[in-house]
Parts: sequence; structure tokens; C-alpha cells
Amino acid sequence: MILSLYIVNKAGGLIYQRDFNEGLNRMSSNDYLILAGTFHSIHAITSRISPTGHSDGLELLEAETFKLHCFQTVTGTKFLLVTDPVHHNVESALKRIYDMYSDYVMKNPFYTPEMPIRLELFDTHLLRAIRTL
Amino acid sequence: MAKQYKTLGEEIWKNRVETISAELFIFTYGSLVTQLVKDYEDYDQVNAHLEKMGYNIGVRLIEDFLARSGWGRCTDFRETMEVVSKIGFKMFLNITPTVTHWSADSKACSLILDENPLNDFVELPPEAQHKLWYSNALCGVLRGALEMVQMQVEAKFTSCVLRGDDISEIQVKFVRHLQEEVPDPDD
Repeated sequence: MILSLYIVNKAGGLIYQRDFNEGLNRMSSNDYLILAGTFHSIHAITSRISPTGHSDGLELLEAETFKLHCFQTVTGTKFLLVTDPVHHNVESALKRIYDMYSDYVMKNPFYTPEMPIRLELFDTHLLRAIRTL
Repeated sequence: MAKQYKTLGEEIWKNRVETISAELFIFTYGSLVTQLVKDYEDYDQVNAHLEKMGYNIGVRLIEDFLARSGWGRCTDFRETMEVVSKIGFKMFLNITPTVTHWSADSKACSLILDENPLNDFVELPPEAQHKLWYSNALCGVLRGALEMVQMQVEAKFTSCVLRGDDISEIQVKFVRHLQEEVPDPDD
């Protein structure tokens, strides 16, 4: 089950956050921003401490009640997907999400890159895709 | 290796790209260029604006390119240019420019556009012949797209068939790798 999605821009700013299930614990919007920034920093550290050559950094954070998957595009945008601990097929889900981001966010001429995403088309398509996954 | 790019480029073109009427695209670009010519009455400025528009397209287009192609990071500039030609140009314009004229340090090369759909039906008026780089948006697209994957390049047309040259050539120069954002230690 996919629980929520975060999109973090290349400077570590949270530009999108959405839950896909009712009744999930919410934090304050400020806490979400802090979480994104902190994750961004940790990701940067993990990509530098690899003892065996180049690393793309943190990809999976595992906890008892959830897993947090991180996919960083070559351009530096991060997609963080929170799922329940047994969810699989995350890779294809992230790929679908990246497709939709490139279509409904980046191709929208009125969207300013790196800024918060408030786009209805993206929301609708994302929701539809998540339901069918 | 080069063959592998080509196969992937063709595969993406066939299966993962939505196409539109070439005429619609050509006319759209054409009316945009002519409008700029009318507005600025100065071809240098038109060239600069086309480049800037291309840049703005490039910084967005790169996401589409990466999402569709699933391509990861290239190891060097040579590989990047092969991918730009065989996959990038193929995906968006259905052409594969020849990558050639490599400098000894592998930091500069030329893209020879054997065909360029933007040029179709176009004949430059005499006063524009030596001044306008009609497809200059392409240079901007290259610069914008590569900047988003941390590569700063300079791209410029050095010849164009519309100006009466034998070939259309874009010269691409690698400037430097842009550093990824490093978190501020004082934060």
C-alpha cells in the first residue's frame, strides 16, 4: 500500500506532499518542510561516505510500520515514497510518478521549476495511477 | 556502444513517443521566429531570444527525456553527446545528427544536422541571410537540458543550410561540471 508521496527539489525544499490514505497521522506543515530538508542533508551525506567508490546515496529507509523509498533523478529532484513494510513494485510506481511529473508538472508552461506544485491535473492523474497500482 | 544508443533511440521513438503533425510544429516555430523578427527588428536580438526560449524548453524537456528513456548518468562528455544525438534528437525531432570534429581534449565537438525539420519550407529573406540563425532555439535546448544534469556547455550554430552553407552545424563546447548543492555546514 502506498501511503504518501513527497517531492523534494534539488535545493532540499519540499515542493509536494500528499497522503493517499484516510486517517494517516499528519504533522504540521512546518515539520514536513524540516523533514524534507533533513532527508536532503542525510541523502547528501550518504552519497559521500561510500567506501567503495561513487554512490547515489540513501535509497531505502526501513522501519517497523513503514518503508521510505527514495528515487533521485539525474537532475537532482527526489521522489520519496512512503509505503507499508510489505509493499513491492515500488520501482515501477516511482517510474510512473516520474512520468506524470514530467508530463503534468514540467510540461505545464505556467509551472515555475523548483516551486511548490499546486496543479490539479497532476493531482488527478497521480491519484488515479496510485489507485490502480 | 554507439549502436546500443541508436537501438534505444529507435525503440523509444517507436513505442514511447506521441507525435504531432510536423507541419503544425514547423508553422508554430516559423510564426514564432517571424514574430520575433517583427518585434525586435534586430537579428542579433532575435538569435539571443531564440536561444533563451530554447533554454527554457531544455530545462523542462530534460525531465521528459530522462523519464521516458530511463537513461542514467553518462560517464563522460563523449557519451553525453552520443546520447544527445542518438536518443535525445531522435526522440524529439526524429533525426540523429552526426557527432564529429572532436577536439583533442574531448571537450568540444560538432553536431552535423543532415536534416532539420524546422528548416522545411523555409527560405530566408536576403537581409536575414547573414544574420539570422533560424534554428537557434536548438542551441538553447542543448544548454538548458545539459545544465540540469550538471553540465555547463556552450552551443552555437557555425553554419546553416538556410544561409547557403553546405551543412548545418552546431558547435558544442563543454565548459565545466556544475557542483551539486552542498548543504551549508552552518545550517
